Amino acid sequence: MPKSYRDGLPISPDKFVDQLMRLKRGSISRRDFLGLTGLGVATAVMARELGIMPTPAFAAENLGDRMSIATWPNYHDPQTFENFKAETGVAVEVNVFGSNEEMLAKLQAGGSGWSLFVPTNYTISTYKKLGIIEALDMAKLGNFDGKSEDARFTAEGTIDGTIYAVPKNWGTTGIAINTKKLAKPMTSWKEFWDTAMAEGDGRTMVHDYQLTTIGNALKYYGYSFNSLKQDELAKAEELLLKVKPHLFAVSSDYQPGMRAGDAWMTMCWTNDGAQLHRDIPEIAYVLGKEGGEIWTDFYAIPKDAPNKPAGYALLNYLMNPKVAVKEHLANGAPSTDARVNALLPKEVLDNPILYPAADLLKPLEFGAAATLTDPGRAELMARFKSA
Amino acid sequence: MSETGHKPEPDNATGGRKSAGSQPAFSMRGSLLRKNLMTALLLAPATLWLVVFLVLPFIAIAIFSVGERAPEGGYQAALTFAQYANLPARATAFWNTMVLAPVGALACLLVAYPVAYYLALRAPQRWRLILLAMIVIPFWTSLLMRTYAWMYILGGRGIPALLAYVGIEDLRLINTPGAVLLGIVYGYLPLMILPIYVSLERLDRRLLEASADLGATPLSTFLGVTLRLSLPGVMTGFSLVMILLLGEYLIPTLLGGGKVFFIGNALVDLFLQSRNWPFGSAIAITLVLVSVVVLIVANRVSTRLSGARRVDLI
Repeated sequence: MPKSYRDGLPISPDKFVDQLMRLKRGSISRRDFLGLTGLGVATAVMARELGIMPTPAFAAENLGDRMSIATWPNYHDPQTFENFKAETGVAVEVNVFGSNEEMLAKLQAGGSGWSLFVPTNYTISTYKKLGIIEALDMAKLGNFDGKSEDARFTAEGTIDGTIYAVPKNWGTTGIAINTKKLAKPMTSWKEFWDTAMAEGDGRTMVHDYQLTTIGNALKYYGYSFNSLKQDELAKAEELLLKVKPHLFAVSSDYQPGMRAGDAWMTMCWTNDGAQLHRDIPEIAYVLGKEGGEIWTDFYAIPKDAPNKPAGYALLNYLMNPKVAVKEHLANGAPSTDARVNALLPKEVLDNPILYPAADLLKPLEFGAAATLTDPGRAELMARFKSA
Repeated sequence: MSETGHKPEPDNATGGRKSAGSQPAFSMRGSLLRKNLMTALLLAPATLWLVVFLVLPFIAIAIFSVGERAPEGGYQAALTFAQYANLPARATAFWNTMVLAPVGALACLLVAYPVAYYLALRAPQRWRLILLAMIVIPFWTSLLMRTYAWMYILGGRGIPALLAYVGIEDLRLINTPGAVLLGIVYGYLPLMILPIYVSLERLDRRLLEASADLGATPLSTFLGVTLRLSLPGVMTGFSLVMILLLGEYLIPTLLGGGKVFFIGNALVDLFLQSRNWPFGSAIAITLVLVSVVVLIVANRVSTRLSGARRVDLI
């Protein structure tokens, strides 16, 4: 008897089509379909062989078919989520935010629907205090290796020895400047604000974000980026109100304006600076010599996450250095993970936008938790915006 | 709500129906009950909708507005009018809104009236439906999308790039007050055109002929007859656009660069940035009250203008 390729199949082609039609009609679930046709087992076996599913927890749990993540603009390689979907069947819905305050507001209100989100270092203690994020179950995050992380950037994810958040990447808040339009070299926040009222009149953007906009105005006078002192904030307010009529926009979405040539100078995060410089070489990214912000963005899982298994699965997936390296190449932010740095090409590691000289990093400050909830800074920002 | 309270017992109602033939008096009561039941059933969905989506949220906001901001933001229970006392802190935002809303509505009106006039009185009958559809169709796309489109049209790679070809360099159109006004007129135009169109369409043409027969010039016919009779439509459109503009925040943010702060922007920031829900609620309540006052005034004005005829604005 001649051997047909059909022999030994777990299901005949006719029956397969029947099941497929049932799935399409919705008479059976996707899970039943995978079980009945043997496709689920086949996928799991193949994935394991190929090393796509490194942890047992990954394959054992039902991940559902969708989850939602809250993150920042231009922050991921879209291909990452496509690949994750191809491997797990979980579609990732990406929500983009402009400030940590906004993320906190959504989580405080409840029902955000996120199974993973990307808070910045200084907010994590508040999230923990409010009981919004959960202590991470590290058994589910086999790809994370605490020993390969740079402690300077990861410290704020751990509170009293418990890990609440693991780092995505670090970065700085500097100045992106179109050198064709504003030729004078810029090295400080003082020059940034002065230029905004002179050559950069009508072409300068500041963030719609109290931490950096107020913080960098404080730097004009050499005060701490995180100051909550009345008299220092009053000086910063005076400067901000003076600059306001000269601004192009108050917005954290500055890439479109810079790319179109409407804006010539903006407050800018490392990753955006790297993306802008990569595509438009005349846009330079510099740090203020007085200091400013250094930050780490983390991944955390909300307590009310509707799909925790998928949240953990995606987080573990992102912690895989081979996946993470693609994220870093796409978004341009420097990595906190030595394993990822080992995989990054030399020109990335030598890029001064991503890895600035040590003496420029020294005066930078991490944002302070108190600025997030301080009503004084919030009201100052409102007065600035409404002026 | 009271109707649902007086819902007749089902067997009572059927009893009424059964005896309909024999006892006329009883049947009248039965049909009255049926009518009441019918009214109650018909009103129920709308009432439920209003209670769930209007009354309850409004009560929640009213309660929030006499509370306090929790230390980490949000709401904590209290009984204080401090939030209302703090309203002057957003005086600029209120002022900007009070200027934007009427100016925006007026600009909308000036563009909309000629269009509505042409559609109702001048356009050939067979074209009318197509032209009306062309005005309504853009509404099927989200305002956000259409405003983003304007961001790119007005942005450096849009009109300014075209102008650069003819030698006008470095012109900035986006993030200007003009861009905001353009966005508003564009976004709200159909809401202004349609009510005016409806009132002009109903206009009795014989009145225009009569006016001309009595020796009026076309201009005085327009002012004395056409415009006057279309005033209810004008006021409907005007107050509709104005009330929506009182809560507008998207267009100033996207086309104005977030530099101009309206009460809508203040609300968004209070809920999403500083998370001062009580103060945000106090502002929201105030905004609702202001909107109601605007509606009442607009109603009075239009009643007066159109010669004591009752006008329903909404």
